[in-house]
Amino acid sequence: MTETLPIAVAMSGGVDSSTVAALLVRQGHRVVGMTMQLWNQRRLPGLSTEGAAGRCCSLDDVYDARRVAEQLGVPYYVVNFERQFEDQVVKPFVAEYLAGRTPVPCTLCNNYIKFDRFLEMADAAGARQIATGHYARIRHNVQSGRYELLRGVDHAKDQTYFLFGLTQSQLARTLFPLGHLTKPEVRELASSMDLSVAVKADSQEICFVPNGDYAAFLNAYLEETGVDPARTEGEIVSEDGRVLGRHEGVHRFTVGQRKGIGIAAAEPLYVIATDPQTQRVVVGSNQDLLRDRCFVKEINWISIAAPDGPIRAQVKIRNKHVPAAATLQTVGDAARVEVTFDEPQRAVTPGQGAVFYDGDVVLGGGWIE
Amino acid sequence: MQHYYFDHNATTPLAPESLDAMTLCLGQVYGNASSIHYFGQLAKQRLEAARRQVAALIGCDAKELAFTSGGTESDNFAILGVVRATAGPRHLITSAIEHPAVLGPCAQLEREGVEVTRVRTGASGIVDPADIRRTLRRETVLISVMHANNELGTIQPVAEIAGIAREAGVPFHVDGVQALGKIPVNVRELGVDLYSVSAHKLYAPKGVGALYVRKGVKLSGVTFGGRHERGRRPGTENVPAIAGFGAAAELAARALPDSCLRDRLENAVLERIPGTHVNGNRAQRTPNTSNIQFDGVDGEAMVIALDLRGFAVSTGSACSSGAVTPSHVLTAIGLSADSARSSIRFSLGASNTEEQVDELVSAIEASVTHLRRISVHA
Repeated sequence: MTETLPIAVAMSGGVDSSTVAALLVRQGHRVVGMTMQLWNQRRLPGLSTEGAAGRCCSLDDVYDARRVAEQLGVPYYVVNFERQFEDQVVKPFVAEYLAGRTPVPCTLCNNYIKFDRFLEMADAAGARQIATGHYARIRHNVQSGRYELLRGVDHAKDQTYFLFGLTQSQLARTLFPLGHLTKPEVRELASSMDLSVAVKADSQEICFVPNGDYAAFLNAYLEETGVDPARTEGEIVSEDGRVLGRHEGVHRFTVGQRKGIGIAAAEPLYVIATDPQTQRVVVGSNQDLLRDRCFVKEINWISIAAPDGPIRAQVKIRNKHVPAAATLQTVGDAARVEVTFDEPQRAVTPGQGAVFYDGDVVLGGGWIE
Repeated sequence: MQHYYFDHNATTPLAPESLDAMTLCLGQVYGNASSIHYFGQLAKQRLEAARRQVAALIGCDAKELAFTSGGTESDNFAILGVVRATAGPRHLITSAIEHPAVLGPCAQLEREGVEVTRVRTGASGIVDPADIRRTLRRETVLISVMHANNELGTIQPVAEIAGIAREAGVPFHVDGVQALGKIPVNVRELGVDLYSVSAHKLYAPKGVGALYVRKGVKLSGVTFGGRHERGRRPGTENVPAIAGFGAAAELAARALPDSCLRDRLENAVLERIPGTHVNGNRAQRTPNTSNIQFDGVDGEAMVIALDLRGFAVSTGSACSSGAVTPSHVLTAIGLSADSARSSIRFSLGASNTEEQVDELVSAIEASVTHLRRISVHA
């Protein structure tokens, strides 16, 4: 693209985005570094963030990002999106849990903050393109005219599961310079370029939830916003409706969960479903968790246009899931499909994303109903 | 790229005369001003000369001036010192548009059981003295109102408020940080009891300020230690910085800025860019400050866009940049959160020229057009 316009790099203060900034500077691009301030980590004092690994938006992260920008000699700004982050990521995250679903806040953040609000800020700074440290690749297909999204070559680090909401216009302006690198290669690059953050620990997935304890976060947030956190307590029942015990809150359970049910049984019990209406948690055996199909809504087609007939794909139903072969059939409009798995899949969880792959290519994705 | 500075209410560059006075002290006058010997005496001479210079600028007796570490300490010292020198049920009056250096200690006293009234100003950004009179109580022990607002530049009727305070027998503190060096300040003529100033708004270094305490005002100590500054403020005086302050005060006493450049900027912006409004009263302002609202533009994006074009401006007081809440001053004068986020503060100073102002106007015009086109909403 145009060489003279700057590229805005989303700098979190971590090794990945720092390496992105350094690589682009080394390639001769003009770079503007920006750190998104998304969440005030001191806002919920009841939540212990001491020693929490990789929490984002701390003063330390801003310090690190600023130091890298200084080292690279690029302009650097902290941009504040706390208001938008709370409205578009945190509130839906809380509402989804209370509705008995298991949300994916990182996808919402990508859709509404990183590749929307941040793109606007980049535009304000005169940058047509943005670059982030995501492990994913973007390819322009001349024949179809579409921007295709591909898994990062480091499959262990691949982040395309969280990027299924990206539109063609967003992809057209985005660079993922780390998509063709592995994490060890990135660390090596970072240390070869003497970046101060080369040995910094990786961040956790849900940046605003200390230590991954989302139940504690929900309680603290509900308490602060004046909602009684105890209101979702209810019964634990078997699939045939027998009451087996009680639980302290429907939001503490997610489909497939084994720990924390607290009921002794001959064989291990798993959460099969949660029902926010009756505030019941349904439990059963591992076998009961298997499903051979599901519906996926609000689909964003990326590398292909919406298909007319059934297509074959590999479907990933949570971040750490090994993509499973399936047939996709659109239902009604092209934004909803029925997914039929070749082999039944364990713990198909409402609220999680379902991302469709053809090998490394991301065809599209949506939300499991 | 050339960088131009339009953020003099945040801080100012050092005047060459101030720098000279400082380097001389830093290099040669290293004695402790409290020492009896030759070295101490040299330092003491510098210290007292600077005190006379600053006292001359604000029209007080040098004995009534205590040096501090800056405006924030002066405000804390005045407010905590006066209120804690009293006992029983206590009440203090301040305004809703004060700097955090005043609102902070007031909030602390509130936590300690003191009742606090924060008088509102309406859209003008100017306190109505009648509101001060109305909120006076038998147990009111302090009134604290700023001389000039840092974000709007609006000048408060401190002489009138001083009259009300004197009549009621209540000590009156004025945060004069944004007034000194911009408008005439004479604490005797104003009739105030305590007056806070800061050096770095006046082309002097950061980390030094002063508090005027009228003879006879009861003030309890806030920090404790040695007998420096007539027993008011312990700690070895920062003589080089204070000497720089003195030199800058002498310069300010000779000439105050006029509003030519500010008006040139403001008129051009209002004329050339639709959807722009000046925040606060335009007639009663410090001559260097203009706070302008740009409809449909995110102030944060605008500050970044202008910075990348080489112009330093700010979204409000430097302290609230980066915070999620819109400026408390702008919301206090009735702006919605979105309007407050669409506002930019321009504060001019000695380094600015007509050419710079004209270039800034062009850059603002280009940025606003661009930002409105890409619709980065506040």
